[in-house]
Amino acid sequence: MIGNANNIEAEVLELLAHKVPANINVTPETPIVAGLGLDSVAILDFIMDLEDRFDISIPLDRVAEVQTVGELSQAIEALKSAAG
Amino acid sequence: MGLFSKFSDVRAALDSLAVDGRNPFDVRFDKIMSATEAVLEGRPCLLFGTNNYLGLTFDATCIAAAVKSVHESGTGTTGSRIANGTYCDHGLLERRIAEFYGKRAAMIFTTGYQANLGLISTIAGREDQLLIDADSHASIYDACKLSTAEVIRFRHNDPEDLARRLRRLKDRPGNRIIVTEGIFSMLGDSAPLKEIAAVKRELGATLVVDEAHSLGTRGKKGRGVCEEVGIENDVDFVVGTFSKSLGAIGGFAVSDLPDFDLLRILCRPYMFTASLPPAIVGSVTAALARISTDESLGARIRFNSIKLHRALTLAGFELGPEPNAIVAIKMPDTATAVRFWNELIQRGVYANLALPPATPGSLSLIRCSVSAAHTEAQIDKALSVIVSVGRELRVLDPGPEESLLRRTGSLPL
Repeated sequence: MIGNANNIEAEVLELLAHKVPANINVTPETPIVAGLGLDSVAILDFIMDLEDRFDISIPLDRVAEVQTVGELSQAIEALKSAAG
Repeated sequence: MGLFSKFSDVRAALDSLAVDGRNPFDVRFDKIMSATEAVLEGRPCLLFGTNNYLGLTFDATCIAAAVKSVHESGTGTTGSRIANGTYCDHGLLERRIAEFYGKRAAMIFTTGYQANLGLISTIAGREDQLLIDADSHASIYDACKLSTAEVIRFRHNDPEDLARRLRRLKDRPGNRIIVTEGIFSMLGDSAPLKEIAAVKRELGATLVVDEAHSLGTRGKKGRGVCEEVGIENDVDFVVGTFSKSLGAIGGFAVSDLPDFDLLRILCRPYMFTASLPPAIVGSVTAALARISTDESLGARIRFNSIKLHRALTLAGFELGPEPNAIVAIKMPDTATAVRFWNELIQRGVYANLALPPATPGSLSLIRCSVSAAHTEAQIDKALSVIVSVGRELRVLDPGPEESLLRRTGSLPL
């Protein structure tokens, strides 16, 4: 399970690297709102990309709960587990 | 740390937008002269940023109705309808709206914002899922925040994406509620409602359509895009506003569902605010009668919209995809958009400046709204100013000074 979580986090980091401005180095600790250089709409659009990549729904209230990229990855892992 | 220090980024952004002390989000008119003209900074200006689609704010019938209502029922209701009671004319307006849409019942709200906030937050319960278009208006997003339901966005105007997201929910309990808009407020594009209604029928859901920008501007009877594409029977709730085509303020929702009236004692944005004052109820009732009986208003707004959209397209601007009453001009960047907007004001044309994150795709826009009350001469004047500024700021190629009026005058409208 830990391996799976790490894979999800690596994939989220990889997808984000293509979205954020070139001068931003994204790590699991990067705060989503203040650290990615993306406005709120761009962040929500990225969440839709993640939903499609992992074939899950990430409700907006769940998005609001997560602070960092690592926490977002953990939420995806939990939602994937719940979806079976 | 001060109370407002968390907004220091906002302060910096706002200050950077103010040119010569003019804050684009706090424009103060000296005087409103008519539905299409005002005085701004001591100079006359043409109004191309009002949402006054049918130009009814100065309609003599609507003004007379408002004045009569004030004399008969006073300046305000001083409270909510559940506590202070419903005035006769509130009930009359609700019956008129229900008749206009051919639905069983209507509820009116004090603003259009509250109509979305109240309806959506109340019908979506804890076990339910709201599926909203990604480009939905802020009132829909805020309704989602107030609701206890799960909220999922689908890609803008993408019925297949909606279907995919609905299918992901297949084994989950609860009601699926799809929320979209007839015409979207920033780019003026309309939703593919026929296809969305087909998804609704196939996968099972409740459908809410906000026709705020399409009431009076689309559909043979002016009921909006749902009417135009023939899906009114698939729509469970139509939401709309009195503040655009009907020239006042307020909102409404209509439905055929039998327990719709329960919302009156469940819907907090309806229950805990003062009801619409008599003058507004009077003018809106008169405005609704005007659009119900005068099809020339709808014809005029469509003619004017097409005229402006086609001429700006021919001039070389990149616009929103459809010739609706909202004509949005895409700017290359925010700084150019701000300069463009200021130049328009200097030359007597008021439009809206729309910037990210309030816009889709991080676009910077000069958002024009057309009115049925605009004369052809007013549209020609605005066109001439917009094209001149476009050339000066290199949004357009600085081509030869060909007469725009001559080019657009021959258009088969």
